[in-house]
Amino acid sequence: MTETAEKIELSSNAREVIDQWIVKYPKEQKRSAVLAALREVQHENQGYLTVPLMDAVADYLDLPKIAVYEVVSFYSMLETKPCGRHSISVCTNISCMLRGADEIVEHIENKLGIKTGESTSDGRYYLKCEEECLAACCHAPMMMVDHVYYENLTPESVDEILDKLD
Amino acid sequence: MNEEIVTIQVDGRPLQARKGQMLIEVTDKNKIYIPRFCYHQKLSIAANCRMCLVDVEKAPKPLPACATPVMDGMQVATRSKRALDAQKAVMEFLLINHPLDCPICDQGGECELQDLAMGYGRDISRYHEKKRVVKDKNIGPLVQTDMTRCIHCTRCVRFGEEIAGLKELGATGRGEHMEIGTYIEKSMISEMSGNVIDLCPVGALTSKPFRYSARTWEMQQIPGIAPHDSVGSNIHFHIKGNRVKRVVPAENDSINEVWLSDRDRFSYEGLYHPDRLTAPMIKKSGYWQEVDWETALSFVRDGLKHVMHHHSSDQLGALASASATVEELFLMQRLLRSLGTANIDHRVRQSDFTDQDKAPLFPWLGMPIAELEKQDAVLLVGSHVRKEQPIINHRLRKATMHGCQVLVINSLNYDLNFNVATRIITSPTTIPETLAGVVKALAGSGKISPDPDLKTAISTATVSDNQHLMAETLLNAGKGVILLGNQAMAHPQYGALCSLATALAKATGCHIGFLSDAANVSGAWIAGATPHRGPGGKAADKKGLNAATMLENELKAYVLLGLEPELDCLDGHQAMQALQAAEFVVNLTAYSSESIKAYADVLLPIAQFAETSGTYINNEGIWQSFNGVVPPPGEARPAWKVLRVMGNLFELEGFDFDTSLEIKEELKNQIGLKSVSNMINWSVPHLRAASSGIERITEVPMNSIDPLTRHAAALQKTTDVADGKLHIHPQLASAKGLDEGQIARVEQDEQVVELPVTLDERVPKNGVLIQAGHPDVASLGPWHGQIKLGKA
Ligand code: SF4
Ligand code: FES
Ligand code: FES
Repeated sequence: MTETAEKIELSSNAREVIDQWIVKYPKEQKRSAVLAALREVQHENQGYLTVPLMDAVADYLDLPKIAVYEVVSFYSMLETKPCGRHSISVCTNISCMLRGADEIVEHIENKLGIKTGESTSDGRYYLKCEEECLAACCHAPMMMVDHVYYENLTPESVDEILDKLD
Repeated sequence: MNEEIVTIQVDGRPLQARKGQMLIEVTDKNKIYIPRFCYHQKLSIAANCRMCLVDVEKAPKPLPACATPVMDGMQVATRSKRALDAQKAVMEFLLINHPLDCPICDQGGECELQDLAMGYGRDISRYHEKKRVVKDKNIGPLVQTDMTRCIHCTRCVRFGEEIAGLKELGATGRGEHMEIGTYIEKSMISEMSGNVIDLCPVGALTSKPFRYSARTWEMQQIPGIAPHDSVGSNIHFHIKGNRVKRVVPAENDSINEVWLSDRDRFSYEGLYHPDRLTAPMIKKSGYWQEVDWETALSFVRDGLKHVMHHHSSDQLGALASASATVEELFLMQRLLRSLGTANIDHRVRQSDFTDQDKAPLFPWLGMPIAELEKQDAVLLVGSHVRKEQPIINHRLRKATMHGCQVLVINSLNYDLNFNVATRIITSPTTIPETLAGVVKALAGSGKISPDPDLKTAISTATVSDNQHLMAETLLNAGKGVILLGNQAMAHPQYGALCSLATALAKATGCHIGFLSDAANVSGAWIAGATPHRGPGGKAADKKGLNAATMLENELKAYVLLGLEPELDCLDGHQAMQALQAAEFVVNLTAYSSESIKAYADVLLPIAQFAETSGTYINNEGIWQSFNGVVPPPGEARPAWKVLRVMGNLFELEGFDFDTSLEIKEELKNQIGLKSVSNMINWSVPHLRAASSGIERITEVPMNSIDPLTRHAAALQKTTDVADGKLHIHPQLASAKGLDEGQIARVEQDEQVVELPVTLDERVPKNGVLIQAGHPDVASLGPWHGQIKLGKA
């Protein structure tokens, strides 16, 4: 990615949401609102962030631009590339792995014809990269689809869950 | 501060320390070595490399010395088995991913990782997995990246945040994917960016211009003084085979601490520009020919004698660069004065000389550089200190972090890298009035001097809330200073600015200081390179013409030292006209160019920075002498030697010097001990009315300031060079029907140039910025005046 001269303004809705977060923090700690801000802006932009959007958030919160890039690249729930409407994260950490998470991933990959980190060409699904423990170990294997947890997965239950999505 | 002293034991040695001090500071001070990567004395503590683990009694695990505060009775072992095991383990981890490319790494030989791996590493790695690879980024012309080598110490990141005040590098990604970089492809624009090269303990960030050109152990380190701003930063030259390979900072806590501005670090490249003049040249019947020194110098003698004989010695004038050394300037003025004229000046960027007789011994900072960081309030007038004196700016930035209120009166809304409490951005002709308003704001306080002229000067000024605020801030400051910057010193009403600033300083109990624009402005004043004062500030019996009048009067002969007048003078156009009209022009110069050849009759190749011995006197008044560390190219000679021989050729007295040291001694003896004060009873001139049309605003970008920087290849690729564009506020642009990238017709004093437009919100709406130091604008006339705009 290169530096861009393109400047965009945040939508009024985004600004409103961010303002609500800003007031929750001490005055000189506007930066604390960065995660909430990015979440909102990403949501408005079909689930991913662009450099001009990140820059706009930085300007809005008086942050150096690189500080926002740092946050975005750190958290796996923030995306920087266009991705499918429904995001699927299958936990492959130790408990889930022992309970067959790898087969679940393989099953989804075969079913959707994509690898982790990719989206289907119809823009419907996005299978996220290797996901770490999502704290649902007692019902492993598990996955999170659009912020909703699904546990005790089998290939069949996965089919059912995914097929139901628009 | 209430400092409790505690006693600790390190490796059995009892040591005294301040309570709460970090262990590593105490051991460093006592010369007990603890390995480290992330710790740096001038940066915040990150404690992320863990290389400094030591064994502390009663602690369950080894502790990082850089983040462990000392406590009374603490027992520390830095070389016990537990400490060494911990350090070795950390080293093993660091080497898992670090490439084994020392043979092709520029850092090899001065790499902290390499050194410590020798001490703490294993012979053979236990890891056989693939090492991680990080793609290199292009972060600009000065700093080279090899990010696979990065060990994530974050020194460079902290430097940006804490010292440069501009966070450009960051740590993106997480875990094994963490990378240091700019994330997007982007050049670093900090004027101090080169310091990350020194900070990076490994070869991840190295010098781009220096790349692959020498090994540390092949180079010799010799001290020197930086030649570009009035700070006089201390440097080390690294020399190989009679060539300056690079310049790095030398630590001097009272001047530049451990830092160096990019201009001072990379300008050495200008020494090796192909335009270097390597042999004397004379113009005979319109043709340039190379000659030997003897021929050239007798040609000079005859030429000057001819002018003096047919006209008078007052038809001779000398303009010298304030980057020349004290010794050179001293001999230059002695030469001119011995020849019977006092037409000698270095103030080529000044336009108002009215109060020169009252001026202090030299434009003094008013206090030691280190004192700046202790100020509670600073008023900057006409200064882009961040780019013009980056090290001073760093001190001011530190002051603001302790709560100093910085107030700014400027013609451009500069992006300063610290908090500005109040700023007034206004066109140049309104600056004196604005300052008068600040003085007037104190009218009720009874502190203003009753001087009737001052009263008249401030009578018409209006006082805005901001001006009230400024006055109050200065009045309430325990320690305050008013600093006049490069643009103030070039201002057509410089005298008014001096008198108003001083009135304000006196009324508020603040100091007043000058930030001059070249390495040796102080030296030039002290050496007597001024038409009204001889060495040591002694009023001259015979007064000469100042730099501007010398050019305006079109003298018959000029001697130039280290200048490219079309780029260096306040009015390049007038300078070129005067030089072209002159009968005889001698240029002592390091470079030759077509434009120099167009007006000159003799070119004498001189040594410059690094090639000659001499002295610079910085803003604070410190004399710093240095040696020549490399020979000048070809036939070029140090200017003091050239001037000495010229003196001998004219059979003048007082030119028998064998070393530059003797010259300095003579000057020192002549002036004795002189104190300098900025608290002067300036006369207060009538303030001129503000201009009504579009005003020209001029600045010299930091990397276009003098011939050496203008010939330094990498610096010329940065954004801090004169761009030859018309900078205009979007509103004024649209009123004039101009838009980004279009070509505008720019007229000043009937001179017309066509310049591309660039929209720039820093410029006030009734002015345009034209940067000096660019050949395309040289024909436009002086730095100040009315501009007429149109489409080309
Ligand atoms: S680039 Fe150098 S200074 Fe920066 S984090 Fe990496 S090793 Fe440290
Ligand atoms: S390991 Fe999968 S949820 Fe914890
Ligand atoms: S130097 Fe102490 S942790 Fe890096």
